[in-house]
Amino acid sequence: MSHDHDHSHEPVTGAGEAPAAARVRALEELLVEKGVLEREDIRRRIDWLVSRTPADGARLVARAWADPAFKARLLADAREAAVEVGLDPGPSPVVVALENTEQVHHMVVCTLCSCYPKSLLGPPPDWYKSLPYRSRAVSDPRAVLDEFGVELGDEVEVRVVDSTANVRYLIVPRRPEGTGSLGEDELASIVTRDSMIGVALPAAPA
Amino acid sequence: MSLPLGTTVRVSTRQHERHHRTPGYVKGRRGRIERAHGHFRNPETQAYGGDGLPEQELYLVSFDLPGGDRVLADVFEHWLEAAE
Repeated sequence: MSHDHDHSHEPVTGAGEAPAAARVRALEELLVEKGVLEREDIRRRIDWLVSRTPADGARLVARAWADPAFKARLLADAREAAVEVGLDPGPSPVVVALENTEQVHHMVVCTLCSCYPKSLLGPPPDWYKSLPYRSRAVSDPRAVLDEFGVELGDEVEVRVVDSTANVRYLIVPRRPEGTGSLGEDELASIVTRDSMIGVALPAAPA
Repeated sequence: MSLPLGTTVRVSTRQHERHHRTPGYVKGRRGRIERAHGHFRNPETQAYGGDGLPEQELYLVSFDLPGGDRVLADVFEHWLEAAE
């Protein structure tokens, strides 16, 4: 098809884009034009990000549930533990795994932006990036947990972890009762994304 | 200088208009050192094309919430002051 008319085209990816997306695209154009980045770098990074899923984090948790020695290594150095099971721990320098127990329940937030262990959980859910979650998680965590359907007794201490800097946090939820006979793959299948953020509790298969 | 675990600290309330990673809600609050993460480049200069050097020690600091719960946030050492 000939293409010699003189009007400009909308970019194929730009139809109806939000102002923030337009700003990002303008930055991308500039960085590419100035030779700071190549378009292929950006594409590769996006491909990497969308290839990550909570199934990766779930493998770590399931292994930790099944193997106490591995759990100890995961809690000591989550990055090394991820490499040990063949996962790509990503570019973040430090990943810290925190264990939920009968006494302590951790949940993760990033009040400043949306820091998240993307290499192990994939892209964060929209609510994780929302202002209500980010502001309320650190002021009234029990009310937030209640909205997620998590009720904890007064004997449990809630620890909200705000990932304000270089460290990414992964929660190792409590292993539910009645899962003693499950193998590692079955265990991994009940470890949900939200339970590794600390706003849900895994349940034994029905 | 390195702060031992369990040390009680206070987060500085100094004015800082430009990019920094110390959330407002912890400024001026007393907290306790829970974990030392090691040294990282300073985001306050790195954000503007600087090298972020010298590196700063990063700590996980816990702050009390009503009812015995806690908030833990990562705070760079140059934002922490001695608490009496």
